[in-house]
Amino acid sequence: MRSLLGWLEDHYPGMRAELFDADGNLHRFVNVYVNDEEIEDLQGLETTLGWEDEVAVIPAMAGGATTAPNAPATRFSPEQAVRYSRHIILPEIGGVGQRKLLNAKVLLIGAGGLGSPAALYLAAAGVGTLGVVDFDAVDLSNLHRQILHGHANIGRPKVDSARDRLADVNPDSRVVGHPEALTSENAMEILGQYDIIVNGSDNFATRYLVNDAAYLLKKPLVDGSIFRFEGQATVFMPGQGCYRCLFPAPPPPGAVPSCAEAGVLGALPGIVGVIQATETIKLILGLGEPLVNRLLLYDALSMEFREVKLRRDPECPLCGDNPTISELVDYEALCGAPMAATGG
Amino acid sequence: MVEIRVAAPLRAHTQGSKVVYGEGTNVHEVLDDVGRRFPGFRSGLFDSDGALRQFVNIYVNDEDIRYLGNLSTPVSGADVVSILPAVAGGAS
Repeated sequence: MRSLLGWLEDHYPGMRAELFDADGNLHRFVNVYVNDEEIEDLQGLETTLGWEDEVAVIPAMAGGATTAPNAPATRFSPEQAVRYSRHIILPEIGGVGQRKLLNAKVLLIGAGGLGSPAALYLAAAGVGTLGVVDFDAVDLSNLHRQILHGHANIGRPKVDSARDRLADVNPDSRVVGHPEALTSENAMEILGQYDIIVNGSDNFATRYLVNDAAYLLKKPLVDGSIFRFEGQATVFMPGQGCYRCLFPAPPPPGAVPSCAEAGVLGALPGIVGVIQATETIKLILGLGEPLVNRLLLYDALSMEFREVKLRRDPECPLCGDNPTISELVDYEALCGAPMAATGG
Repeated sequence: MVEIRVAAPLRAHTQGSKVVYGEGTNVHEVLDDVGRRFPGFRSGLFDSDGALRQFVNIYVNDEDIRYLGNLSTPVSGADVVSILPAVAGGAS
């Protein structure tokens, strides 16, 4: 190990000061791992290395530059340093990025076809707080696509099934269950507790409610939807367009086939949900180009990805220049039932 | 001939076809042409006043026609017209 670190110093000027203090000892805040073991548990700098070994040099302190002013800037535990090592060694993420993920609060609307894959990858990535809104219980017919749930959970509330499964994926992710229907009465209060909203809802009423609440609360909304073999995904950033810019009002009953009538390829929401997780992680980290003002269209049968452009509509009733909606609206929630506005 | 891609929820009006073709110099003409060959297509897209239904959006290539020329948006054989209705499925 000592000769390897010496090689690093020779090839990367400035590396010496990053790794070693004035006495020639490794800085206390630098951990060096051979495969998954810290060298303090091996032979320290005398640890021998072979060509098959993987060395990771990870600074343990990640504090300081996070978006949340009260975010704790504590060391990673040794287990966290190993768990997230594949993130941390990416220059674009690093310890600072991983700390942002751990401090992030993401709300999943629905723990179903879209919410399941999104939740799994967000928990795996270390998102520190995951809210789940779902008042349903796990049903046998869910299992062909809702990969968060399993046979043993049939009959249990989905939020409980989600909590148990996600705790096993990553105990760092605190799951907050909201086993209730989202309405104009509770949506602002629930969404207000989170940084980013991930929409996996399965009906128009909830879509409009979530869109409106997210906009009014100025939260980014990572949206996804599916139908049979096709999926869509986009990111609505407050001020740059919203779902109502695309569709100002819900369709009348019968105009679009309802949820249960149409059927869906089980693997379809898997792709769209993971795209939603990816976009959420990119937003938290400030990485890459998000799907803002872009509607991604996925066709599973032809395996085609296309995009159309989305814009803020200056005449949008919610986020346009002369908005007429300033309160949440409860559309009748049942698929196929008359879509009459009952509030707002 | 202009290619028109029909998203899944509206394929009931094109006998299940994902891609149909129409003749015309603008979006309206092309859709009318398709409507002549597929009964129900026109009423699926347009209301009784001839206006495009609110839950349907139409794109020429990747641009929403509301920001181009609406139904008068010119099209040529090199363009792809996409018809996208609102979709709510989250798979539950």
